[in-house]
Amino acid sequence: MPAEINTELENATGVDVSAARAALREVAHEPGSKKPDPIVVADNVRRTFGGLTAVDVQHVEIQRGVITALIGPNGAGKTTFFNLITGFDRPDDGDWSFNGQSLRGVAAYRVARMGMVRTFQLTKVLAKLTVLENMRVGATGQHGERLLRAMFAPFWRHQETSNTEKADALLERFLLIKKREDFAGSLSGGQRKLLEMARALMADPELVMLDEPMAGVNPALKQSLLGHVKSLRDEGRTVLFVEHDMDMVRDISDWVIVMAQGKVIAEGPPDSVMGDQRVIDAYLGSHHDQDLSVEMEEQILAAAEAEIAEEHGEEPVQTASTSSEGEQRG
Amino acid sequence: MDWHSIFSQALQQGLGPVAAVYCLAAIGLNVHFGSTGLLNFGQAGFMAVAGYAMTSFVATWGLSFWLGSLVGLVAAALLALLLGVPTLRLRADYLAIVTIAAAEIIRQTIGSVTLLKYFGGQDGLQAFNSSFANLNPFTGRIGIPGVVSWRPYDFWTLVVCWLLCALCCLVVWLLMRSPWGRVLKGIREDEDAVRSLGKNVYAYKMQSLLIGGLIGGLAGIMTALQHSAINPSFFATDTTFFAYTVLLLGGAARVLGPVAGTIIFWFLISFLDLFFGAATSGADPLIPASIMTSNQASLMRFVVMGLSLMLLMIYRPQGIFGDRRELAIDAR
Repeated sequence: MPAEINTELENATGVDVSAARAALREVAHEPGSKKPDPIVVADNVRRTFGGLTAVDVQHVEIQRGVITALIGPNGAGKTTFFNLITGFDRPDDGDWSFNGQSLRGVAAYRVARMGMVRTFQLTKVLAKLTVLENMRVGATGQHGERLLRAMFAPFWRHQETSNTEKADALLERFLLIKKREDFAGSLSGGQRKLLEMARALMADPELVMLDEPMAGVNPALKQSLLGHVKSLRDEGRTVLFVEHDMDMVRDISDWVIVMAQGKVIAEGPPDSVMGDQRVIDAYLGSHHDQDLSVEMEEQILAAAEAEIAEEHGEEPVQTASTSSEGEQRG
Repeated sequence: MDWHSIFSQALQQGLGPVAAVYCLAAIGLNVHFGSTGLLNFGQAGFMAVAGYAMTSFVATWGLSFWLGSLVGLVAAALLALLLGVPTLRLRADYLAIVTIAAAEIIRQTIGSVTLLKYFGGQDGLQAFNSSFANLNPFTGRIGIPGVVSWRPYDFWTLVVCWLLCALCCLVVWLLMRSPWGRVLKGIREDEDAVRSLGKNVYAYKMQSLLIGGLIGGLAGIMTALQHSAINPSFFATDTTFFAYTVLLLGGAARVLGPVAGTIIFWFLISFLDLFFGAATSGADPLIPASIMTSNQASLMRFVVMGLSLMLLMIYRPQGIFGDRRELAIDAR
């Protein structure tokens, strides 16, 4: 299925995809490495919820024209970071930019208009609107969305027709054309993911940000979704996605950024990252691959006993010393 | 029992000026609640502000009725801004709390003794509608001969009110079929999704609150004109809830929902009142006094109304014009 989707795609943004991917080979495999042509740059972005520091990213750059995956164990701050750079949440501190333009304090809807459109982990389709209407909402710069012009159809009918054509083409590509007139709420989970992705494309974004595009999607549809994500890149769009599915990450991403406990801990192409000790430690704990030999067991036991002895032993020792001091004084 | 007279009088209410005023208020609420998902529980507040602005302009300051009406609508719009600025960025329930409180604050303030010389306290204001009444082209009782008829002034307010309803329905229909209306419906479904597509959700909600509030303001002005008087009790919280009943009965988010809803609601409520009144009065009442006295009969309409609303919510929650398919989605 993915093969038939990839045909006949025009490059929509004029980005040379193969050059962008080739340029990544020169990039150092370390957290916060400089990219030759970054579309998003974030510096010192920090977000705390009470005492918990959810995100604390020193420096990260996202290369234009490639698929970048953002991975990490649960609670690593991936989605929060997503929300922060798309304006859906405000960080405590930090600066980040899109195409060199600072996005600090920019409202979410303006970020989207600039060409950085996101989807959501829990899909947000407009349930009581038809699939086609969902798509039409996605189009930007509509005259008919201004209150005073909205009442008079001649102002927006022409634009509406061209938006509908565009929507139909996208629905065709995302295999939703048969559902065109159905309520979006009647779609299955996987179809909703497709609709959300297609709807995001109505805005012609330069950067598509997908939050867990594979969550809750059956394996058959997964293959098709993978093809669709690749097709976004082949059109010249930059893709940043959060994902837990490692097969998908390995399969389609050109670059992987790993987060753990709010920080970027590793970066690199998928294969190098998967073998990175820091990444394995973050996912599985730092002692996960050490066999528990007899000596190790003894070591751990000794350490534990020492700790217990310290806790029990310290107090009487202290009281003894103070009382002896008292005697000396008296 | 005189069935003809009962039907005739019930129809007089169902199509009458009171029904038309509630229709206007419900059209406003439909823009808020039906299309945008804004929970405005203070439609009575919008009505009071506009109604009192108009009447006090004429009765207290002796200025023009038309200027008063215009100022009334501006006041309703200002109220929408005042309520919207702090609450529309927050979750939907905050607007509900603020609007219901604001409507009560407005009613209590207007009825207060301190402002007696401007707004007439609890007695309200009278004698402000001469320029409106002078435009009345009708004389004698008017209506459908043998079926229903109204006094000339009632018929005049009725005609103006229904014309305003038609105009508002037209505007709402034009707006809701446009891309603008589509964004509103999108906001009702999921405002974050709409925001992620580059729409300024806050501005759209504000526009919706303004338009619905203005239509509510029209309803307030017409309330005053239709009664030829105004007092704070016209704008109690039950006014808002009657308007919601009308809206839900007809079907929210449907342009003609409020129109059908208001006619059915007012027809039924007066029909039940007249029926139970007739059934318990006279020498040999249909319902014996041991079951129900004529005093109790006047409350029966609310009992039956409440029961039928419950049944409506169970068996046809989408209202009369609603689409069953839409509700099936909620259940998923």
